Amino acid sequence: MKILQSIVELFKNCGYVSIGWQQYLMIFIACVLLFLGIAKKFEPLLLVGIAFGMLLTNLVASEQTADLLYHSDMWMVKNPDYVNILQNGGLIDILYIGVKTSLYPCLIFVGIGAMTDFGPMLSRPISLILGAAAQLGIYVAFLLACLTMGTGEINLAACIGIIGGADGPTAIWLTKSLAPEYLGSIAIAAYSYMALIPLIQPPIIKALTTKKERLIRMDNPKQVSKTTKIIFPIAVTIFTVLLIPSVAPLLGCLMFGNLLKECGGTERLSDTAQNALMNIVTLFLGISVGATATAANFLSVKTLLIIALGLVAFSFSTAGGVLFGKLLSWLSGGKINPMIGAAGVSAVPMAARVVHNVGREYDLDNHLLMHAMAPNVAGVIGSAVAAGLFMTLLG
Amino acid sequence: MNFLLLAVDTFSIGDALLISLLDFVIILIVLGMLIGVIYLLRYFLFRFDKFSNGKSKRMQGEAQINAQPITEKARGSSGEVSIYNVKPRDAAMVMAIVADELKTPLNRLRFKSIKQVGEGEENNEVQG
Repeated sequence: MKILQSIVELFKNCGYVSIGWQQYLMIFIACVLLFLGIAKKFEPLLLVGIAFGMLLTNLVASEQTADLLYHSDMWMVKNPDYVNILQNGGLIDILYIGVKTSLYPCLIFVGIGAMTDFGPMLSRPISLILGAAAQLGIYVAFLLACLTMGTGEINLAACIGIIGGADGPTAIWLTKSLAPEYLGSIAIAAYSYMALIPLIQPPIIKALTTKKERLIRMDNPKQVSKTTKIIFPIAVTIFTVLLIPSVAPLLGCLMFGNLLKECGGTERLSDTAQNALMNIVTLFLGISVGATATAANFLSVKTLLIIALGLVAFSFSTAGGVLFGKLLSWLSGGKINPMIGAAGVSAVPMAARVVHNVGREYDLDNHLLMHAMAPNVAGVIGSAVAAGLFMTLLG
Repeated sequence: MNFLLLAVDTFSIGDALLISLLDFVIILIVLGMLIGVIYLLRYFLFRFDKFSNGKSKRMQGEAQINAQPITEKARGSSGEVSIYNVKPRDAAMVMAIVADELKTPLNRLRFKSIKQVGEGEENNEVQG
């Protein structure tokens, strides 16, 4: 008799019968994201992890099995009880500590810093302005989100806006503090649009520039001394963090990573930051962020709104960069190709590559990659500052 | 900036617009100031390089002034050597001894400096 009861119990726990249609829909979405990541190579390093985390969390979403991986209730409080999480949490709960404490986004920024060459930006400092202008979409999307959802959701509006910064770790860093229940949706929207940059940006660039502007060839950037490259991350950290302390975690880590790369005595650390550390953190980040996308959190009108407004944010950021690029081009007497403004969204180096490719469509010998890298890395600083400001005002 | 928002518990669209404008302007200002930081950095490094280059050039110039003019190369010589405060005969002897000790032809050696360090002696020096 007991054996029969056990079999019935086993059947009740079986996911096939215990999960609802919402979970099945989420499993389907996770599989679509896996397809996009694996077959279409859309940001596979993160999308595969996010999609798999999403898949896992929705497979064990029934009442009997929900405790195995992730407890959303443990995290939807202002001050999570970490002792309780370590004692009673599931696997994803343990991994999620790194997201909630900002550890993963900051460590990823160390890696990004170690991979970034600020040389092109230092040789043409004016490109920093393009990195600022390309944050326009953040505020357009923020305002639109406030208009559509009401200002009661201003924190979520800020997180939607930051998608326009085209910087995944920054979006995660801000969302885990301001709107943690939407972390999955925001991260998926941010990374999906970053992957879609080659499709989103070219029509906007072409619509806002003339053929003559697209054909502008730029002078080669000047050589930047090693000393300048070493002093730059230190100077930026001191100057910016003193001015806006809330940018310290992101910008500090970015500049620390860059200092490891440039200073010359820390090759091993730089190598670790660029490869081993970055890979390990990406792995943990992807799966734990994906696991927050439970059906209850993800399947809502707000998710659709996040995805729609995310696209608006990206588009306006690109437009802001290009329009400012046009202004600089005019001011410089046609020495700056305005298309490089589009690279001010900080998806490094994808946005710069898109500008380069659009330039070569019109002139095969016009190589804009190095020129576009300048606003591209400036965009990383710009979006980190934008996130820091939102955190100061709303956090 | 918090003082702006502490006064309001709930936000209106006007507040959201103000936040947007303010933040965007602040980003422009911060990055604009960073441009200034970069130019300052470049300026100081340029001045520093100029100063250190000038110093080394000055030292080179002084050394050239002090150096005795070389009239003609000795037979079989390879390269040049500047001799300061020492007789050519003594310098040649030191170099020959070094070459013999090292079992290396003289024209394969490069003399950076030869100094007499004995007490009460004249500070003789050869540089090559």
